[in-house]
Amino acid sequence: MQVQQQARTADTIDLMINMGPQHPSTHGVFRVVIWVDGERIVKAEPHIGYLHRGSEKLCEGELYSQVITLFDRLDYVANLNCELAFCLAVEKLMALEVPDRASYIRVILCELNRIASHMLFYGVYGLDVGAMTPILYGFRERERIQGLFESVTGARMMHNFIRVGGVKEDLRDDFEPRMAVLLEELKQGIEECDDLLSQNEMFLARTKGIGTIGPTEAIDFGVTGPSLRASGVLEDVRISEPYSIYERFDFGVPVGTYGDCWDRYYVRVEEMRQSLKIIEQAMAQMEPGPVAANVRRIARPPKGEVYVRTESPRGDFGVFLVSDGSDKPYRLKVRAPSFANLQALQYLLRDAYVADAVVILGSIDIILGEVDR
Amino acid sequence: MDITQGRGNTPAESIFERVLPNAVTAKSSELFAHARKSSLWTLSFGLACCAIEMMSTHMSHHDLDRFGVVTWPSPRQADVMIVAGTVVKKMADPIKLLYEQMPDPKWVIAMGSCATNGGPYYRSYSVVMGVDHLIPVDVYVPGCPPRPEALMYGIMQLQEKILKDAKERGATSQAS
Amino acid sequence: MEQPPRPPRQRREPEVPEAPVALDERGTALSALIRDVLKEFEVEVGAAVDEVVVTVKPEDVSAICRIAKDDPSLDFKYLRCLSVVDYIETLEVNYHLFSLDKRHKAVLKASVPTEEPHVPSVISVWRGADWFEREGHDLFGVVFDGHPNLTPLLLYEGFEGFPGRKSFPFHEYDEW
Repeated sequence: MQVQQQARTADTIDLMINMGPQHPSTHGVFRVVIWVDGERIVKAEPHIGYLHRGSEKLCEGELYSQVITLFDRLDYVANLNCELAFCLAVEKLMALEVPDRASYIRVILCELNRIASHMLFYGVYGLDVGAMTPILYGFRERERIQGLFESVTGARMMHNFIRVGGVKEDLRDDFEPRMAVLLEELKQGIEECDDLLSQNEMFLARTKGIGTIGPTEAIDFGVTGPSLRASGVLEDVRISEPYSIYERFDFGVPVGTYGDCWDRYYVRVEEMRQSLKIIEQAMAQMEPGPVAANVRRIARPPKGEVYVRTESPRGDFGVFLVSDGSDKPYRLKVRAPSFANLQALQYLLRDAYVADAVVILGSIDIILGEVDR
Repeated sequence: MDITQGRGNTPAESIFERVLPNAVTAKSSELFAHARKSSLWTLSFGLACCAIEMMSTHMSHHDLDRFGVVTWPSPRQADVMIVAGTVVKKMADPIKLLYEQMPDPKWVIAMGSCATNGGPYYRSYSVVMGVDHLIPVDVYVPGCPPRPEALMYGIMQLQEKILKDAKERGATSQAS
Repeated sequence: MEQPPRPPRQRREPEVPEAPVALDERGTALSALIRDVLKEFEVEVGAAVDEVVVTVKPEDVSAICRIAKDDPSLDFKYLRCLSVVDYIETLEVNYHLFSLDKRHKAVLKASVPTEEPHVPSVISVWRGADWFEREGHDLFGVVFDGHPNLTPLLLYEGFEGFPGRKSFPFHEYDEW
């Protein structure tokens, strides 16, 4: 009894813990300052900008065709999805009609990129939770996809393949057989990855019921993509505002229930399966034809402004393009999904244990290149 | 062993080898250099896009472990700092601090064109034009991002450099 | 024989075409709805390409955003994007709104003079506006009145100037 009374009167101070900018589990250069009371987090303050490269400003000084290379480096895990968003914005402004085959190639590559991106998440998330093996499996699948990218675009990561009005060049003759092999491998690989981690008891204990966020709060914070769907909101730009040719495919949108870390994780695993479904349909529907519209090499979109949303692996990737009719964009604002998702971190970390901080941060899957731009 | 068998101007077989047949003799600095180059622990420290390729290099397909390269999250036990990505001015001080926290001998690999000279961001207001403005760099790996093979080659070059440095001046690193 | 000097060739500025406006039915209905809901404010409803553009006075922004979010027929629960565009004399703050249930979209625009850019903060309406406003303050110097913490987000303490603005020059290569 006495001890309890003493404990009540004892003064405690909140301990400040600094995490980052160099920290193995911050997925880049991200810093978060955490105040803890015992094991519980009282307050968390994220600091970003350690990778602020000024891309938006740089885009104002480049030709439209050159901007694509900078977009590659925004979300450097899902490069093609970023390229697509920018090209769609310019095409919308110019009212360009993209040839069918080009659209199919775009969709196939973007969905492959989505799988590659989620595979990185899968591996790194395993590492965050304390499992070393998943990252080896995740990167095995990534390596396969990157091998195919290399044969199509010539680069493993920075492709510069999707151009205004189409794609750079047609697929090689060996694309179809390679793709067939890859699809089989990926199908098997995803199942393997799922078996390895998803129902692991320790993994469940670390992620179930941790870092929950409800649908209202998630929307309020501007959380999008898999992180929002994990909270039970059915919102996918591919369905709510179909861009490119996504309305031609039949695919499911996985939705979580509790909005906890495990839901956020599993929505992504399930999304990989759906991406495979899209790729299979696209491969079946694709027909030969031209792969680029007739666009002048130095594109000059008309004066005006346009906002395009696309579903990148991390969420709603928006491009706000203001053109003054010249060959360079007047203003280019990138609405990065990770940037908005990261704002919810403060909310997610409230009253969590310190040990869960890394698990929660990992589950929203941020890419700092896109957060800081 | 017949010592008289030695032909003109070539040394006869050494007595040392006869006594200890599997031993190697070397200068201590070179011996240490051999040890150092065979277990380079890199500071796992990704900045930007190149970090993904660096991770690829470490993973099962390319397996950097073959060269004795292991990533280590703390600068206190790391030998090599691979600067993988764009260095922005806000990140300049943390990088210097990390470098200073690493024990000697230490080496730096600038991976990718951003870390080498600013790369595609050379007109940006917030990017440092190459990490060599902050810390001494031993090996530059070009590419945006460099392929895993390129990074591996860079590490092999660093290994050669370590051996050569030890041979030439007995020095262990650029900094010392 | 001397020829008279030719008159200098008149270089005509090429006509800059405007992007065509193509509002769909939903957009036309929405613009009528917005006019109806916001009739007590001074708003101008137009269109740009495929979006409804609502130009409002900067001092009304906070109140209008509150209505836009809470009004059941508008239902703009989701702030897609908050961006600032520099038009030399004025800075334009754009609020891209989206309704997840009704699936309609609109842009709110408020122009403020560059010398004294003050806009009420909408952080009380959408918590997600927090970092977007801090970024706008960082890069363009727009002061969002009522924002609790307008500290540098992307830039470091002590950075001079507003790099997003057109008057901020591109960095030419110099040693840093």
